[in-house]
Amino acid sequence: MVYTQIATNKRNTALLITFFLVLIIGLAFVFSQNLNSPALLPVAVIVSVLMSIGSYYYSDKIVLAMSHAKEIQRSEDSELYRTVENLSIAAGLPTPKIYLIDDTAPNAFATGRDPKHAVLCITSGLREKLNKQELEGVISHELSHVGNYDIRLSTIIVVLVGIVSLLSNWMLRIGFFGRRNRDNNQAGAIIGIIGIILALLSPIAATLIQLAISRKREYLADASGVLLTRFPEGLASALRKIAADQEPLEVANNATAHLFIVNPYKSNLNGRSAGSSLARLFDTHPPIQERIKRLEEM
Amino acid sequence: MIYLLIIVVLLVLAAIGIYNGLIQSRNRVDEAWSDIEVQLKRRYDLIPNLVNTVKGYAKHEEGTLMQVTEARAKATSITMDPTKLDAAQMVKFQAAQGELTQAVGKLLAVAEQYPDLKANQNFLSLQSDLTDTEDKIQAARRFYNGNVRDYNTKLQTFPTNLFASMFAFTTRTFFDIDDKGPESQPVNVQF
Repeated sequence: MVYTQIATNKRNTALLITFFLVLIIGLAFVFSQNLNSPALLPVAVIVSVLMSIGSYYYSDKIVLAMSHAKEIQRSEDSELYRTVENLSIAAGLPTPKIYLIDDTAPNAFATGRDPKHAVLCITSGLREKLNKQELEGVISHELSHVGNYDIRLSTIIVVLVGIVSLLSNWMLRIGFFGRRNRDNNQAGAIIGIIGIILALLSPIAATLIQLAISRKREYLADASGVLLTRFPEGLASALRKIAADQEPLEVANNATAHLFIVNPYKSNLNGRSAGSSLARLFDTHPPIQERIKRLEEM
Repeated sequence: MIYLLIIVVLLVLAAIGIYNGLIQSRNRVDEAWSDIEVQLKRRYDLIPNLVNTVKGYAKHEEGTLMQVTEARAKATSITMDPTKLDAAQMVKFQAAQGELTQAVGKLLAVAEQYPDLKANQNFLSLQSDLTDTEDKIQAARRFYNGNVRDYNTKLQTFPTNLFASMFAFTTRTFFDIDDKGPESQPVNVQF
């Protein structure tokens, strides 16, 4: 199960990067045709290839910077360090680096391109509010994302979707505001249309995140995390505590929400959206009550 | 004729796949075993420090200290070859490790009676390092046993079992520390 999950994640990452490359190069092709500037195409090819390579190697750092996370050393919190080390040994993974977000809302995520370059990130609120067993539950959930290569896919998605929405913003501006001072109205119109298409595309891309980071993945990480601790109640109780905490996590945004163990917006927490199946369709996480229920049944 | 050839090629490909899968699982088991050894080594290194620290404060505990030193010597004297971990060897190894765990546990319990020792910073850090190492041994053991389970299951299920006997793959032994645990020990309360 886990090994097929790894293969799927690696393949989906490759597909995503290919899709991104095709999208950007295709756009550049349209532009260079319409604006009579053939130089644009090679430039776009080089830039998009560099961006893809960059997002593969640096997306974890970008995500950590976006979340204002700082690395902590063993001496600062040796208990946390030991907990992570022990669970990593039990999972057969190298010990990830540990980062801390200074925020009282309890939450956690893992990032990195593979288990050797993994980073485990928790908020100071999580560290303070959970006891050892609950903390172990959360850490083993995150370690299963690491072992599954979920982290590679979900981290690269953040950056690629970010670039697409940046581009769409930029083109909408050129299209609408730049048109007036331009002699060539036709070119402006084309950029505007492409901008609109992209603007429509990026929410779809965002939805793709939610489909790619399917809710099944969270259940799977819950289950394989419990396999490490052999104590479902720990994670269940941690989820209950996180759900009871109504404070939103300030450093999270639309691009990074799917990374966290529990949706940082807390919109789907207390089954409020449970009634509306349409709302549930666009949730990044399964309803927390359902996750707790499944843990209790283990 | 051509069909026969195709069937033979397919069979050979399947055999290669199964063989490689077996090698991969066996390597995982070996790697997991070396994880345990790393942690055991760490414990062996910590124990002499602990013994020396306790010696300075608890002069009347020669017996307990000796027991720990002997148990450590016995445990380190057994060298385990990961490529042929047979059941008999494993039983001996488990017993030695269990003995060491118990001796260290007893020493730490004895130390409770010496307030000066309990206040010693060096002792406290050794104590927490040892507890941590015990936890890590447990974790490494769990990972090893999980891998052994997967490997053995693979070996024993059809059709892999046919190849396994052909290429002399043998099942591996679980590592269950023979530690009777504090619950089965006689409780010794002293006032």
